[in-house]
Order: sequence, then C-alpha cells, then structure tokens
Amino acid sequence: MSNIGSYEERLQGFDWSIAERELGYRAGDVINIGYHCSDRICDLGHGGKLALLWEDHQGREKSFTFDDLRVLSNTIAAFLVRLGVQPGERVCLFMDRVPELYIGFLGVLKMGGIVQPLFSAFREDSLATRLKDAATSVVITQRKHLPVVRRTREQLSSVRQIVVVDSEGAQLKAGEVALDLEGEPRVEAFEVFPSTAETPSVLHYTSGTTGQPKGAQHVHYSLIAQYLTTKWVLDLQSDDIYWCNADPGWVTGTSYGIIGPWANGATQAVLDAGFSAPRWYAFLQKYRVTVWYSAPTAIRLLMREGTELVRNYDLSALRHLASVGEPLNAEAVLWSKEAFGRPFHDTYWQTETGCIVVTNVPGLPIKPGSMGKPFPGITAAVVDLKTSEPLDTPGSVGLIGIKPPWPSLIRGYWNNPTGYANKFKNGWYLTGDRASKDGDGYFWFVGRDDDVINTGGHLVGPFEIESALLEHPAVAESAAVATPDPTNMEVVKAFVALKAGHDGNEDLELEIMNFIRKRLSPLAMPQKIEFVASLPKTRSGKIMRRVLRAQEFGEPVGDISTMMDD
Amino acid sequence: MDEMEQTVLAYVAKEYLEEDDDRELTVDTPLISGGIVDSFSMVSLKRFLEKKYQIQIPDADASAEAFDTVTSICTVVRRFRPN
Repeated sequence: MSNIGSYEERLQGFDWSIAERELGYRAGDVINIGYHCSDRICDLGHGGKLALLWEDHQGREKSFTFDDLRVLSNTIAAFLVRLGVQPGERVCLFMDRVPELYIGFLGVLKMGGIVQPLFSAFREDSLATRLKDAATSVVITQRKHLPVVRRTREQLSSVRQIVVVDSEGAQLKAGEVALDLEGEPRVEAFEVFPSTAETPSVLHYTSGTTGQPKGAQHVHYSLIAQYLTTKWVLDLQSDDIYWCNADPGWVTGTSYGIIGPWANGATQAVLDAGFSAPRWYAFLQKYRVTVWYSAPTAIRLLMREGTELVRNYDLSALRHLASVGEPLNAEAVLWSKEAFGRPFHDTYWQTETGCIVVTNVPGLPIKPGSMGKPFPGITAAVVDLKTSEPLDTPGSVGLIGIKPPWPSLIRGYWNNPTGYANKFKNGWYLTGDRASKDGDGYFWFVGRDDDVINTGGHLVGPFEIESALLEHPAVAESAAVATPDPTNMEVVKAFVALKAGHDGNEDLELEIMNFIRKRLSPLAMPQKIEFVASLPKTRSGKIMRRVLRAQEFGEPVGDISTMMDD
Repeated sequence: MDEMEQTVLAYVAKEYLEEDDDRELTVDTPLISGGIVDSFSMVSLKRFLEKKYQIQIPDADASAEAFDTVTSICTVVRRFRPN
C-alpha cells in the first residue's frame, strides 16, 4: 500500500495541516528544517537509524545515523557561531557530494543562517555573480575547490571566511579556516535558532531569460510541502533505502536530497562520483536501493548502455522510480519498464515552487510522456499566454499556472522584488513552461515560453553566457540559444559574430568553448558554435534569440516584422 | 606512456585541473567517474581529440566508460585514426 493511497480520495478536503500535524507543528510555532531533519527524528526514537550511506568514486564509504546527523550538524552550527556568523547571514556550501555538504546544510539552518548551496562545477565568474548578489559571508568548501574560491573572493568584499573541510596538508591563508568535522569535539547540545514559518532558509540561484541568475528565497515553512510530497510522491516508507541523483547545488538535491527524506526519517544513499552506468547499477545493487529519484538525461544515458547491462546486477530491491528535471519522454518510461520492471514516474516542479506540483503519484495510471496531475493542495491550470485566464478546452496550449499560496512557494528573489512580482499575473504564479491538459486532467509538457535553456535538467540563462562570451577578445557579439540534443534534451548553442581580423575556425571554436567552461561552468559551455556575419536584431537593436532558437528546432520563426533588414 | 597518451594527459591536466591542483594524474586516473571531467566537458575533450588527430568519433563511441581514462580515450582515438 502506498503512502498516498487513493489520489482521488486525497483530493477531497485536502489541507496542508495534514503535514503540520504529522510534523507536530502548529501555526506560530518554531519551525527549523535543521531540527526537523535530525533532532526530531531522534526525539521520535530513531536516533540509531541510518540516515546517510555515503560512497565516493574511490570506493570509500561512510555511514551516519540520525544521531550522528544531530550531533554533527550541531558541531557545524556551533563552529559557525564561533566564527561570528549571525542569523540571516548567507553561508555558501560549495562542495562535491561529501557528507559535510549534507550535514553542513542542516548546521547552517540550525544556527539561523541562510544556506546558499552552489553547484561545485561553477567556475569563478558564475560563483562571483551569485556570491556578490547574496553578499555571502562565509563559503564552506573543499581543498580541491579552494583555488576557484580564492580567485572569486578577490573580486568580492563580503566573504569574511572560507571554511575548508578537508584542509589537511593545505597552506591556509588569512581569512581561511579548517573544519575537520569528524575531528572536532562533538557538540551534543546546541540551542537551535528559533526560526518561524517565514524565516528565510535556503537561497537557490536560478536562471531566467534576462539578467543574471536570481536568488530564489525559500523559508522554513517549505518543510511542510517538501515533507508531504516526499511521503506521497516518492512514497518513502520506514524500511526504504532512497537514492536521489540530484546534486544539492540545485533545488532537487536539497528539497528531495536532504529535507524531504530526512524529515521523513528515511535512510538515503549518496554516491559522490561522476556518471557511469555500471557504477550506478553496482551502487543500486550494493545498497539495495528501493526508491530511486533520477532525471531523464541520466535515464537516457542508461538507455544508451542497453538493457543487457542491467541484467548483470541484482536490482530486485527497487520498488519505486521517479524522475525530475525535464520532460520524461514516453520512450524512457517504456524502457524503464523493460529494464527495471517498473516505470519512472515523472514529477514536475521548479526552484520557485519548492516542491513537486504536477506529478504521477503511485497508483495513478501513467500515461507515458505525460507530466501527470496536480498534487493534492496544488491548484494548477493551463492559462492563456496573453490573458492568463484558464483554458478549459482539452488540448489547448498555454502556460502552466499555479494558484498561490502553497507552503514552499518562494517568498521572493533576492534583491529583485520586481522580478518576483512579474512571475504573478491574474492571480496565478506563471511557471514559464507551456503545456496542455487532456480530458482526464493530465498535463503534457510542450516547452519553455522564454529563452532559458534546459540542459540535462539544469536551467541556463542566455544572458550570463553572452556576457561571458563578450569577454573573449575575438567576440564582437553573440546569442546563446537552446538546440535539441538526444541525451540532454537541449544543449547550448552560441551564434558568434567575430571582431575584424579573427577567423572562425575550429581552433577558435574549441578555445571559446573552453573559455566559457572555465569562466562559468561545463553546463554553460556552448556545445555548438556557429560563426555568423551578423545576428538577427529588432530595429531597436535587440538580438532576436527566438528566431535563432526556432531555426534550431525547425519551428516557425513567428512575427519578424520588427526585424532589422541586413 | 606513448606520445598520444602524453599529449592527451597533458591536455587533460592543462584544461581540466586547476593550476595548483596537486592531485596526481596518470593514464589510469578515472576522469569521468572520478569527477575530473563531467559529461558536459566531455564534449570539448572530444572536440580536441577530433581536431588534434583529424578524426570523427561517433557519439555512440564517446561514452562515459570510453572516456574514463587517458588509456581508454587513446584506445578510442586509435580505432578511428587512419593507419
């Protein structure tokens, strides 16, 4: 029996107070995600239960109980307090998937800080943009990332301290301090910061069409939705071993890679290693993973390796599969049935929504290729692209709109109230994703309604790439757009007009690719570059990315009456 | 270590490791599964190999396993390199 039971019955009279009651929360109470993911589970008598089974690419293993989580997150919280970090200050976690990342996340929240996880593949320009916007005080990192963090810090005035979790043998400089988590005196008791529902908790940066990435500001009350969606959609039960592939540098890795599973008292396994199909299957087998939350790009990479490889492993413990990040194509659903004997359940949500909003819950018949139906308590509609009025005719394409409020909706964009206000129209939160709804109420993804590039489930903003491209000495102007990709759904393609005297050859193409990779991140690196004499522009001089994007996807270019003649 | 392995190893060290990264890199160091080169960065590494050795590596042959070490990368390159 799944946790949700009957979807239809859950819709009747649904109220988020179900989660509040289960978590022992009443309006006005203190609510702290760090506490709920560690101390509370211990208070319920499960301190000895395994919380984290960790392994890295070298096969090193560690395990932590919920009592370990409690004490070690206390230890990090106390360490930050000793450093002088005040509640409300931003503390960045810039690490690979090491235990300090997961436990540090709880520690920052316990001392009242705002935790700012950033993907450790970011290079200095991407890191600097995000740390500068958040005026981050402290960066917790690993020795391997120290050179990037140091170079970034030279551009910033806000970062007071760099904390290095594996500093053994490293020469630390002024403003750098070592934290050996397992060597530190264990802090058994720590007075958790008395955060309440609207106290800021997590700051995740997400990309939009215009401007630099925006800091999506979550609050501690998000726990209510993250707890319940984990319980009902991912169906975590007391004896499950759960694996979430997402990196905590992105919202899935925190909402469903830390908060949701641990607030439910679930054991999770973490593999700190790059992608390898045999390695992943061996990991699933070794830890007897029962619930697996993955992503379409990863599933497509596994598909490339074929079903024969799967047969070499005992994956019989798997009982529930889910996917997030991009639309899950019907072929992937059908393949997973063949390979694993069960389908992946697509889930849809965004950094801004904080929790799964449209999904295939256990028990709901899956229509392969569909996003599923709204989670109970979420009012979702397909709304008209111009008027934001709900479209009731099945098959009509519009924007996915969600009716606020719900517990985990972000409360703002950091330093950007206008950008936040622009996300709402006619009483709907507008996702920027286009979809249709069929006669049975299932949603079907169509595409983005803007220029954001969804590559491998990660959103990349064109502006950030174009800004960095302009720093290359050969580039006069550029446009970054999505182009279709069989594995990553979309990848970045850059159209580049060169300055006089530069030749658009394959040497320069590779040089520009590496330039962006090292400045921003591998995700932002254009995988294709096309050198052009000029870019399509409006008469006012604005580059028309949509024309280039439409060409890439073989779609009609739409109205080009404002396009400047060459 | 032959010349090709030296070239590829030097390129990986230059492009994918920080200047002051003191991790030891050998022809058998796991690059993809070890987190030195991710699946997105593989594209630029593949482009380098194609340019340097004037070959085309089909996407199906540029798997994470095939690109996981300098040794395995050179095996792929040799397969597509004209004699």
